[in-house]
Amino acid sequence: MNAVFYISSIIAVVATAMVVTRVNVVHALLYLIVSLLAVALIFFVLGAPFVAALEVLIYAGAIMVLFVFVIMMLNLGARGEAHQKALLSPAIWIGPGILAIVLLGELIYVLLGQDLPRTSGGEVSPKEVSLALFGPYVLGVELASVLLLAGLVGAYHLGRRVVAPRKEGS
Amino acid sequence: MAQVPMEHGLYVAGLLFCLGLLGVLVRRDLLFVLMSIEIMLNAAGMAFVVAGAGWQQPDGQIMFIFILTMAAAEVAIGLALIVQFHHHFKTLDADAARRMRG
Repeated sequence: MNAVFYISSIIAVVATAMVVTRVNVVHALLYLIVSLLAVALIFFVLGAPFVAALEVLIYAGAIMVLFVFVIMMLNLGARGEAHQKALLSPAIWIGPGILAIVLLGELIYVLLGQDLPRTSGGEVSPKEVSLALFGPYVLGVELASVLLLAGLVGAYHLGRRVVAPRKEGS
Repeated sequence: MAQVPMEHGLYVAGLLFCLGLLGVLVRRDLLFVLMSIEIMLNAAGMAFVVAGAGWQQPDGQIMFIFILTMAAAEVAIGLALIVQFHHHFKTLDADAARRMRG
């Protein structure tokens, strides 16, 4: 089972790297789905089956469907690929790349000094998660529902077809 | 099930987070920026789940559920903004919106 963890980790990292470097947005989206499925497999192997199911259903399902809808609505097929390619020249990658690598190095350095437990692979069942979610964390559930309502209203307001042009000088 | 050191899971989460950060910094296409933010949120949630698996507590999974809720709300708003952006500027290039009109 350890091999499953490491193989899916490699798949997740490679697929994510492909997402960041693709020119075509549809290809990037498909790689992102592969990456999310690999992460779901990691969760399952680590003994968190409920969260693995949520990852597949909500991330790889619902959120990616939203992305696909927007790509279809805006009809972004092979638009401006040359422009995108020009933006992906190596010179642009150097600065952010160095920053990200330094950040990763710091993270690994901090983790190396820690005495962390091994994951036992014991399963934290959905029942335990639900008991904790609707016990001590019930206030968080209420707040999440308010957040979702705000997201719903905000998306409805922003997603209207016509936005009245702003008057000059107002 | 897998019995790996917790550090390895956290390394993977950190690597995914840094890749997402790189995407946010480098890409100018708003859809790619939004996807990279999704990657970063997912990596943060993964760190929570790995820690929860290490200590055998449900709290990590609960935090992941909250992050998932937040990501869903964020992506709905973000995509609505992107649609409006495309109506205004006929492109998704973030540089198109750099000029302020006061």
